[in-house]
Amino acid sequence: MREITILSGKGGAGKTSVAAAFASLAKNVVFCDNDVDAADLHLILHPEIKETHEFDSGTIAKINPESCTNCGLCEESCRFDAIHPNTTGMPEVNPFQCEGCRLCERICPVDAITSVQNNNNHWFVSDTRFGPMVHARMGAGEENSGRLVTEIRKKAKEIALEQNAGIIISDGPPGIGCPAIASVTGTDMVLLVVEPSRSGMHDAKRLYELVKSFNIPVVALINKFDINLEITAEIGAFLNENKIPLLGKIPFDPQLVESMVKEQTIVEYSPDSNMSREFGMIWQKIENNNN
Amino acid sequence: MKIAITSEKKGLRSKFDLRFGRAGWFCIYDTENGEVIFTENENKDANGGAGTKTAEKMAELNVSQIISGDFGPKAKALLEKFKIQMVILDEGNKTINEIIERLKNKSTINSN
Amino acid sequence: MKIAVASGKGGTGKTTISVNLFYFISKEWDSNVRLVDCDVEEPNDVLFFNNPAIQSREEVYQLIPEIDTEKCTFCKKCQEWCEFNAITIVPKLNFAEVDASLCHSCGACSAACEFDAITEIEKPLGTITNYQTDFGKGLTEGCLNVGSSMQTMLIKKLKSRVDNNDCLTILDAPPGTSCPVVETVADADYIILVTEPTPFGLHDLKITVELLDELQKPFGVIVNKAGLGNRDVYEFLEENNIELLGEIPFDRNFAVSYSSGDLLQNIPDKTTRVFGEIIQKIRRKEVVK
Repeated sequence: MREITILSGKGGAGKTSVAAAFASLAKNVVFCDNDVDAADLHLILHPEIKETHEFDSGTIAKINPESCTNCGLCEESCRFDAIHPNTTGMPEVNPFQCEGCRLCERICPVDAITSVQNNNNHWFVSDTRFGPMVHARMGAGEENSGRLVTEIRKKAKEIALEQNAGIIISDGPPGIGCPAIASVTGTDMVLLVVEPSRSGMHDAKRLYELVKSFNIPVVALINKFDINLEITAEIGAFLNENKIPLLGKIPFDPQLVESMVKEQTIVEYSPDSNMSREFGMIWQKIENNNN
Repeated sequence: MKIAITSEKKGLRSKFDLRFGRAGWFCIYDTENGEVIFTENENKDANGGAGTKTAEKMAELNVSQIISGDFGPKAKALLEKFKIQMVILDEGNKTINEIIERLKNKSTINSN
Repeated sequence: MKIAVASGKGGTGKTTISVNLFYFISKEWDSNVRLVDCDVEEPNDVLFFNNPAIQSREEVYQLIPEIDTEKCTFCKKCQEWCEFNAITIVPKLNFAEVDASLCHSCGACSAACEFDAITEIEKPLGTITNYQTDFGKGLTEGCLNVGSSMQTMLIKKLKSRVDNNDCLTILDAPPGTSCPVVETVADADYIILVTEPTPFGLHDLKITVELLDELQKPFGVIVNKAGLGNRDVYEFLEENNIELLGEIPFDRNFAVSYSSGDLLQNIPDKTTRVFGEIIQKIRRKEVVK
């Protein structure tokens, strides 16, 4: 069993559309949507939720104004600048800034601070027309997305082992911060989706630097390659230089958006398009690369 | 020598747990006197860092070898520092008893 | 006034809109405007300026505790106080260590230790760079070191560096709706949400609207790549009484010039008009304030 994680650094490069296209082509796979912050894969795969789990993303401090003596110690000690005086001059916790470290609670001389559990995040185990899927829904503004990614990847791996699935397809988050790091850690292969723009290339390079530090094999595809052939060539040279196999180049095609509107994968919507053919070839290379 | 085996539940007929930091229980098998003790993993629902917590527990329990399905990178780094040997076994369908029998027969842990 | 440009989904055009707003605001409203790239994981506003001169660059740090095992009594109090399970202590091995990747730099362990065994060491987190631009007050960019997962902390530091400026500030936010986005928009006076008229764009717009409602922030929406996809985004805006600030039509030529980083060269009249209208609408917000 192998896990292949689709990443791009830059948002909007086409990770989810690629994951969806693979869904149509793959057999005996498990899906995992690691973009827990703005998950979209479910819009195409239509998961039927079988299990719902609560994800405990930590605690938030709360100050009891009745016992608070306004000594200012908590405000002074908070490294996250989460405690400020409210309109009546009493200290108050901004829940969006609070990191849940509980330092204020522990040092409060009059025990006026308590911690409240945060139960705003959920993750799901579902069935889709292409196979099982693990995905999540984070409450707005929540912390700890990296840990949630780790959690759902573990579940996807368990399901894959149970069902003897050959491959886990993980749709990754944008960026290179905590959810991206949590996605890369311990995966078997990263598929880099690069769009031929200055920013797309810049971001892909930063992501590659991250993946390289984990010693994980990388393969790449260029999406919307015909938008800028010059940069596509530059990306090709970059990949070559770093010995990253280029599995294929996907043309820009408005049909991709049309398929999204129809809530279908591009392979379902337009099986004979150049895009679908190219995706077929790329998927074959991934399947054959069974080492 | 003490060997820890990750276990889903308590008891020899429990299934082998493929997870390390989030395993349900640990079976501690002492090769010298054949003693078997089960200890619950109180860190399995930890808010992050379950692997490092569990590695710490293993060191406290004087374990020399751990048999599990997977070790996270943080746990792995710590276990190396503690000089605890990690053995990866990919057979989630095995029972703890079957694994101990294999250890007794001194055959290799990994069948493949 | 601080204006943040955000979107749930990545690739909807936050950078395009931010860079254009910066340009048009400096021309048509107030030349005293600064662009701040808060997408510290993947900052690329700078790519759209023609080799801007670096005015200053500063390395920023995160504090990571280190335990001195000579002074440590292995009492485990710091471990108890650490909510992030970042501390491992094995008394019989004289082992006490902090896992930097789990540490949130909250300072609880230092406060817990009664034996003066913990010192906090500065660890590089990223850089903050000021660039000179041909128009406006300049660009300030935060750039996270590859491998760091403390993006929110860097954004906080980045904001503190530009806070004292009394000029108009445009904050280009990272994608998503989690903590780095909240940090970026937290003290913005107005937020421009950028979306595209596709199911992914709409879905991610909805969760971002939810967040801004929770934060009680005023916002309006720009639909980028208009003409692609369907009308659902417009229906959503209408149903929820959300102001549509403007539409930027999808144009393959535009995508091509964006891809080369030539956003501000040969701007089509149509684009100039759209941004002129958007700026008018935002200026009215300031008056209302």
